[in-house]
Amino acid sequence: MFLRFEQVSLHFSGVAALSAVDLEIPQGGIFAIIGPNGAGKTTLLNCVSRFYTPQEGRITFLGRDLLAARPYDLASLGIARSFQNVAPFGRMTVEENMLVGLHHTIHSSALSQVLRLPGARAAERQARAQARDVMEQLGILEHSQRYADELPYGVQKRLDVGRALVSRPKLLLLDEPAAGMNEQETAELGEWILGLPAITGVTIVMVEHDMSLVMGISQRVAVLDFGRLIAVGAPQEVASDPAVVEAYLGKED
Amino acid sequence: MTNAARPRALAATVALAALVLPWVVARLGPAASYMLNLSVIFAIVAIALNLLTGFSGQISLGHAGFLMLGEYASALLTLKAGFPFWAALPASALLVGAIGFLVGLPAVRLSGNFLAVATMGFGLAVPEVMLNWAGLTHGSAGLMPKSPTIGGFSFGSDVAYYYLALFCLALVWYICATLLRSRTGRALQAVRDSEPAALASGINAAYHKALAFAISAAFAGVAGALYAHYVNFVSPNDFSIQDSFLFLAMIVVGGLGSLPGSLLGAVLLTVVSQLSTSLGQFSIILTGSVMLLAVLFFPGGLISLARRRRPTPRVPAPLAQRSAAGGS
Repeated sequence: MFLRFEQVSLHFSGVAALSAVDLEIPQGGIFAIIGPNGAGKTTLLNCVSRFYTPQEGRITFLGRDLLAARPYDLASLGIARSFQNVAPFGRMTVEENMLVGLHHTIHSSALSQVLRLPGARAAERQARAQARDVMEQLGILEHSQRYADELPYGVQKRLDVGRALVSRPKLLLLDEPAAGMNEQETAELGEWILGLPAITGVTIVMVEHDMSLVMGISQRVAVLDFGRLIAVGAPQEVASDPAVVEAYLGKED
Repeated sequence: MTNAARPRALAATVALAALVLPWVVARLGPAASYMLNLSVIFAIVAIALNLLTGFSGQISLGHAGFLMLGEYASALLTLKAGFPFWAALPASALLVGAIGFLVGLPAVRLSGNFLAVATMGFGLAVPEVMLNWAGLTHGSAGLMPKSPTIGGFSFGSDVAYYYLALFCLALVWYICATLLRSRTGRALQAVRDSEPAALASGINAAYHKALAFAISAAFAGVAGALYAHYVNFVSPNDFSIQDSFLFLAMIVVGGLGSLPGSLLGAVLLTVVSQLSTSLGQFSIILTGSVMLLAVLFFPGGLISLARRRRPTPRVPAPLAQRSAAGGS
């Protein structure tokens, strides 16, 4: 199995954020995790990112125990993520943001970089060429020397996903990609995300509030409510599930 | 003139002016020459502190401590271990850098006010240790390191020492500029902007924070060694917590996250604080006023007047709305 949660439980000082979550996410396509506010969606994502450690249970990625990994090991395991707050590296240029995404693929010591040794320069050149290619694909090459904070919201969003994608990860975690976007922007973003797995071969796990985005682009959906997994399945199945309607969709309408 | 050529022409002009400057300043008397040399030495400290605070997002109120460690390291290595100055200078940098790494290790768990207090504690402790470890440091009697020499030439004059300090400043500047454009420099800035996002990008945040402390301390150590062999006297009274605040003021006034800003702030505040020393306590008030005015009118530092806007940290409006709504 690609990504597997087994009996994952996490509580913050007595309050259960996740209770015995069992979930299997297959390779390929887009998998969405939805649920009302406070359902534990981002918490689940943060367990994969290793910002949180569940008190019980296991999380494995391609058979590997993720709970034994440190947060900064994940990039080289092939797991990347975006964040709710766009352009986290706001005071760095677009190009620098992309190069941060390639950090774990550049192997040179601080000293060899300062001395500009041939090996370090070659690694840097290669990374810049790779960043340039991806910026061109994303249509943000013209902004490469601008600070991320100066860019329009939609471009920042694309930059952040681009930064996560630039090192060609196997798994991409998206934390509420449509947050702060209007209907039209969300639709454009959805179309763009939908195309990513086919182009890059990446598997996307997305946490999202916006139901239209989730229903439109994901192959499978898991629903969390108060830290419990209440449904998994195709978007239409899940949408008509009585438990889901009660927990989430009913309140939305 | 193209966009790329303009900064280069400016840099060349500044470099040329820097080479002629000591001869002009010398006409104003020895006090002016002293102020000039002190400005160059403090510019090294300002760059070191800006690397840590402006580029890596970690505050330090203990850089006077690193400066003093550099003074003592170089003075003791030359006087007691028989090192020539030229070996003692890099050795002091390595030694103070190693101490900086050790100070940085616990500091990586702290941030903001807690880090300020912790580093301030370090800055307060160093002079006390130097005062009380009299067997090594001669306590308040101090040490008298000699001026550096090459062959028969002594760097005893203000003008000669200026060029030595300027060379060190140029070297430190070059190393920082190169580092900041490299993988390691990007990692430092990424950790400053968002630690979780940096971790998710594969950056070992704790290591890079400690590394920033080490590099910053090493450069402050270089400045300390330069100061010691310039004034030829080292004592526990040389630098205090007030100087740590002065260094912080330099980079805030000049521009956080800017190398030219560090230089600008260092020169301005060295001159202001030196000119006002005769005013006693009013010197602090004057320095404080300069800092206050600069922060009020140029929140991006004086350097923001000279270049395009560097975004200052802010909470984007949609994010503020979202956190008010509460994430899941």
